[in-house]
Amino acid sequence: MMKTMTSTALASLVALGALSGAAQAEIRLGASVSASGPAAFLGDPEAKTIEMMIEEINAAGGVNGEEIALTLYDDGGDPNKARTFATRLVEDDEVVAIIGGSTTGTTMSILDVAEDEGIPFISLAGAISIVDPVREYVFKTPHTDRMACQKIFTDMQAQGIASIGMISGTDGFGASMQAQCKEVAGEFGIEILADETYGPQDADMTPQLTRIRDTDGVQAVLNPGFGQGPAIVTRNVAQLGFEIPLYQSHGVASNAFVELAGLDAAEGVRLPGTALLIGDLLAEDDPQYKVVNDYIAAYQAKYDQEPSTFAGYAHDAVALMVDAITRAGSTDPAAIRDAIEATSGLVGTTGIYTFSPEDHLGLDLSAFRMLEITGEGWKQLD
Amino acid sequence: MEARRKWIQLAVLAALIAVLPFFFPSGYYYRVGALIFVNGLSVIGLVILIGYAGQISLGHAGFAGIGAYACALGPQHLGLHPGLALILGAVISGLLALLIGRPILRLKGYYLAVATLGFGILVSMLLTNERALTGGPDGISVEDLGLRALLRDLGWRISGGEFWYGASGIALLVGAWLALNLFDSPTGRAMRSLHGSEVAASTVGIDVARQKLRAFVISAVYASVAGSLLALQNGFITPDVAGFMHSIEMVTMAVLGGVGSVLGATLGAAILTLLPQVLTVFAEYEQLVLGAVMILVMIFLPQGLLPSIARRLRGRGE
Repeated sequence: MMKTMTSTALASLVALGALSGAAQAEIRLGASVSASGPAAFLGDPEAKTIEMMIEEINAAGGVNGEEIALTLYDDGGDPNKARTFATRLVEDDEVVAIIGGSTTGTTMSILDVAEDEGIPFISLAGAISIVDPVREYVFKTPHTDRMACQKIFTDMQAQGIASIGMISGTDGFGASMQAQCKEVAGEFGIEILADETYGPQDADMTPQLTRIRDTDGVQAVLNPGFGQGPAIVTRNVAQLGFEIPLYQSHGVASNAFVELAGLDAAEGVRLPGTALLIGDLLAEDDPQYKVVNDYIAAYQAKYDQEPSTFAGYAHDAVALMVDAITRAGSTDPAAIRDAIEATSGLVGTTGIYTFSPEDHLGLDLSAFRMLEITGEGWKQLD
Repeated sequence: MEARRKWIQLAVLAALIAVLPFFFPSGYYYRVGALIFVNGLSVIGLVILIGYAGQISLGHAGFAGIGAYACALGPQHLGLHPGLALILGAVISGLLALLIGRPILRLKGYYLAVATLGFGILVSMLLTNERALTGGPDGISVEDLGLRALLRDLGWRISGGEFWYGASGIALLVGAWLALNLFDSPTGRAMRSLHGSEVAASTVGIDVARQKLRAFVISAVYASVAGSLLALQNGFITPDVAGFMHSIEMVTMAVLGGVGSVLGATLGAAILTLLPQVLTVFAEYEQLVLGAVMILVMIFLPQGLLPSIARRLRGRGE
């Protein structure tokens, strides 16, 4: 009995070896994003971007002469499913690298598998805890919430604002950014006098905003959050006749937000955004001009809609991965990991990436651009 | 006769768990297997509540959440071993079920469903909003159980997937054994009599409220232990585990497989855990297929897959 089992195992091992030998002509890339479910607004454009870019790359002859075989799963925003798909990508699909993790929760589930199995993983989620402390095989493309706070506070400082009121969503994005902003506010000499929250499904934030208005000394309002919440806050702020500036986060840096809030209410709102949002405003000698506008054009041609900031995170992840595989000249996961870490000056839509063994995010504050919504559209402030 | 049936069911389950790995082409299947066992365990708890006692709960994910977060928070804040945290979670879940079940279970009909629904949502909100304690919607890491390292020191090297396949398989077997024992015990018979007719049960001297409460507490402990095992296995947990959809998923698994049957419920858990994995190619139609399967089962096999099929086969044999 035992003997037959061993020989069956041996036979299947041999068969497996033959299989992986035959598969040498392609590079297996895995992805798990939240294309459906509550985080679909993140994952859907990400999935579209990844599929589009891999198609483009293969049409142009692949990487190092080999085609990329993409396996993309939809984890529906469920961390438990994300972990299962990550295991499946590594164990069953035998991918050499993984892109994905639209939310912090799904990313944290995938990164465990990637670290255990030694597979490079580029995450599309925001939290600083993904790359701090640095994990050997884990990288990420979006800025952290902390950087968004720093960018906003830098602008406030320049405006002479020293005390603010915050109103944050209790969803993952809002709650994480709220905590980060409170941590770094002191470094910019900014005092948070009011700290209100609202649920992601709430339809009216007037009571919280009234409390902020009635707090003495508040010079500006900051609203970390995404989805419909910030649009309602923006409208409520206009209805209540606030005379102090309203700052929104990068979570709503999109034209859809302006439409949802209404231009009348949204005019004058300031927020940090990426170059992707203002492709047509970029100077032609801007280093990101070509990358951003090529990507917008390709995405619009294929899907007949504008790519969101989140789609840009996926774009940069694919670009980083392909660049690393090209330089590594092999499909060995460890070699790809080393190549990603050695990335220097790669221009993406979100910013310009330079990784190091101590920094697996690779962006600095310059990647963010402070924007203001005006009657004529977006205006870059710095 | 009854006892023999119990051992046959357990033997079938044990044989399946032991033999299946020989057909696994890769380590990924251990992960899916472990998920099926964990889901199966919580669904067996629902078999006791829904199938035996005829009560419905739409908030059982709340207990799974308590079990999961006990394993995350116990070691972090109280310095407990994760294994002890699992037991602590089960005790808390049981006590909570006792506390809220006492008043609720005196009510009939939809009140229990609505009240448990509220309970589940409360737990989920608590886990989401108490960021300082629970890590909020982004989730929290769970310490390793340490058993695998212990096995390695004893010279038995197995992968994480294999370990959790074995551990949750054993947990499922123990859970099934206890549930099957209960089925034929006086308590189990009393519970099952409620399902038939509460009035009839009380006329023969059965304390209706007490038996309902027992079933509720037992099923809460099952869900809690399953939640703990999931947390320990994943090493990371988010409030999704306590979410409303997870509660619905658990009830669906039980109803699909056969809510009166331990093996059937396990089959339901297996099908609903496997389906999203099989349907990845049609990810967009996953919900559609799921809904269609449910409707068809409800119309043609109202007692669930396994009991209906078993009856049909037996009918042919006679």
